[in-house]
Amino acid sequence: MTASGDRDGTTVSAGGRARRNNRLLGLGAATLAVTMIGLTYAAAPFYSAFCRATGYEGTPQQVKANTDAEGHRILRVGFDANVAPGLDWSFEPEVESIRLRTGQTATVYFRVRNRLDTPAVARAAFNVTPEVSGGYFDKISCFCFTEQHLGPHESAEWPVVFFLNPDLEADPSMARVDSITLSYTLFAPPSERPAPARSADRAGPAG
Amino acid sequence: MASVTDLSHHDVEAHHEHHLPTGWRRFLYSTNHKDIGTLYLVFAICAGLIGTALSIIIRAELLEPGMHVFPLISAIMSGDGSVDAAKNMYNVFFSSHAIIMIFFMVMPAMMGGFGNWMVPLLIGAPDMAFPRLNNLSFWLLVASFILLMCSLFAEGSPGMRGFGGGWVLYPPMSSTVGTPGPAADFVILSMHLAGASSIIGSINFIATIFNMRAPGMTMFRMPLFPWSVLVTAFLLLLALPVLAGALTMLLTDRNFHTTFFEPAGGGDPILFQHLFWFFAHPEVYILIIPGFGMVSQVVATFSKKPIFGYVGMVYAMLAIGVLGFAVWAHHMFTTGMSLNAQRYFVFATMVIAVPTGVKVFSWLATMWGGSISLRPPMLWAIGFVFVFTVGGVTGVVLANAAIDRYLHDTYYVVAHFHYVMSLGAVFSIFAGFYYWFPKMTGYLYDERLAKWHFWVSFVGINLAFFPQHFLGFQGMPRRVVDYTEAYAFWNMVSSIGAFIGGAGTLIFLYLLYDAFKAKRLAGDNPWGPGATTLEWQLPSPPPFHTWETPPHIFGDEDAHAPAIAGQGSPA
Repeated sequence: MTASGDRDGTTVSAGGRARRNNRLLGLGAATLAVTMIGLTYAAAPFYSAFCRATGYEGTPQQVKANTDAEGHRILRVGFDANVAPGLDWSFEPEVESIRLRTGQTATVYFRVRNRLDTPAVARAAFNVTPEVSGGYFDKISCFCFTEQHLGPHESAEWPVVFFLNPDLEADPSMARVDSITLSYTLFAPPSERPAPARSADRAGPAG
Repeated sequence: MASVTDLSHHDVEAHHEHHLPTGWRRFLYSTNHKDIGTLYLVFAICAGLIGTALSIIIRAELLEPGMHVFPLISAIMSGDGSVDAAKNMYNVFFSSHAIIMIFFMVMPAMMGGFGNWMVPLLIGAPDMAFPRLNNLSFWLLVASFILLMCSLFAEGSPGMRGFGGGWVLYPPMSSTVGTPGPAADFVILSMHLAGASSIIGSINFIATIFNMRAPGMTMFRMPLFPWSVLVTAFLLLLALPVLAGALTMLLTDRNFHTTFFEPAGGGDPILFQHLFWFFAHPEVYILIIPGFGMVSQVVATFSKKPIFGYVGMVYAMLAIGVLGFAVWAHHMFTTGMSLNAQRYFVFATMVIAVPTGVKVFSWLATMWGGSISLRPPMLWAIGFVFVFTVGGVTGVVLANAAIDRYLHDTYYVVAHFHYVMSLGAVFSIFAGFYYWFPKMTGYLYDERLAKWHFWVSFVGINLAFFPQHFLGFQGMPRRVVDYTEAYAFWNMVSSIGAFIGGAGTLIFLYLLYDAFKAKRLAGDNPWGPGATTLEWQLPSPPPFHTWETPPHIFGDEDAHAPAIAGQGSPA
């Protein structure tokens, strides 16, 4: 048997205190959960900034100018061009690959043509493989930095100006990388793409 | 089922006179922690049976090379017996199997079932802190399960039914590219509700454990199961909102033209993997930590010794919980991370083996020199220690980025996580179930049948999953409906093991039927002097309301003295 004589006196006030504490703890825990949702959304811009800053996931760097001295290594740089489903454009690099000394600036053109009878807009998503080379792939200018417009059946040659940062020679994980591929995929803006629920075709490299 | 019996038996509910609900109102409107715990357990058993049935069908398909089973099932379920429809059906089955087992079997059983039932009893609280939220939490889970079932009948991939992108829900498979139909939306909304249910449940556990302990029940006198529930509740609270956020992004990507994971708009599908695994790695600890707590109490009870290294056990769980948030990218070694990132994640992952080792050795040390009785809960607990250690060791193997490149997405990974989940987590659930069944129902089960259940399951499941290590080394990829002749032998063995394990489940069902039919009364404490925690001082089944007058816990005034931790007397 408990000394339950003090039940009337103490547990009532203790019960009130417990309820208040419960509410505080509950609100605190709920706040924590809501904060985590907020942080999750904050992760999206943070991740994209992180990739741009570090070259993570094969994200090439954007720089104003080539200020580096020429290096020693010569690497093959290959080019790959794709058009996502829903955009009737043709898109290809002028050369399949070049050989480039580190620190040397190169300009490569991509041929593009709008096959539609209407003007259209597209934007190129880009990355390089192997992913570790992203941090050393410096683009000075690129058609992929902005949205591109083409009139009906208009063709164009789009330049990309880039160099390989000589710092890659000091990175042991780049030691065995002799070939880097720069890949572009042209996408129509989301609002212009056909509703996917109706299109039975699977997405894949096109163009 | 818990009911009010013999009010004079104990003084704690003596002044109780208000109306007790009966029939469907009792459960639908229930705010009683024991009734809600019972609901959760019944729900988990039903979902577990469905999930097991799915896995048996999957193993039946993989019994031999070629496709035999799924064309038939697909023809029956969707009227389309073509190879493509059969492949899709296979994908839907393994995806549903995973989601059901994780969200609708293990989590409801451990947290919802045993957590609700036992945490208030073990800490001397009259009920949970927010009884109505507790009810909401359960019924949200039912709604969530219904949504998942809806997804099976909605269109997923073009012309196909159901969502087949695995429980990981990676885009682009789960985006409009891979699954344009609404099946993926149903799965996403189902996960949202399940997540909300668990978040509400964890808020409830945190408030209850911090604030409603009986006088004298200091944090370090709490038994290990409430501790494990507390750690798990924090993991849920920090991890599930990340899943909710990521799934909301996926949902808006699918339906409202956002581009969080769409390269077209500058998004990155790999971001989803980061967010998903930031949730899902803690999630696998969420699935196992309450099991740690249950196994600790069972091992202590049947060794008739206090748990060895109580404080170390608590800190080990805390350490596993904290480290669980810092290792997520070891699931993503093949996504092209930098070498330094891989080095970090390899190292951090291996560090987790340290607190896990502390726990395994403490269980062994508890048994060492103890007066061990091998009754069914103890068998399951020892079985747990064995299979969990096997799964843990293969986890350390997979933690090496270099080896992971070879074994990634092979059956070795399947074997690894089934050893910690399907064997580890499930064995701990059965340890807890057989430990507390007499307390919850007031009836004894047939211990001979329970031992048969253990041995048949132990042999069957080990036979099912151990050969999968070999298949993984041979290079068999996971999530395939068919395979070459080279993998035939061990697949045959694995499938036979799965069928034996399935037979174990039938023994379990018969045991339940037998226990409720025979009505052998359990008494307050069927386990004897080893069972020192508070719930064994209550009648079996405990009355509708318990500990309305809190028990006073006396003990050594040194709050860190492990020998009396969790012990106490209501007198």
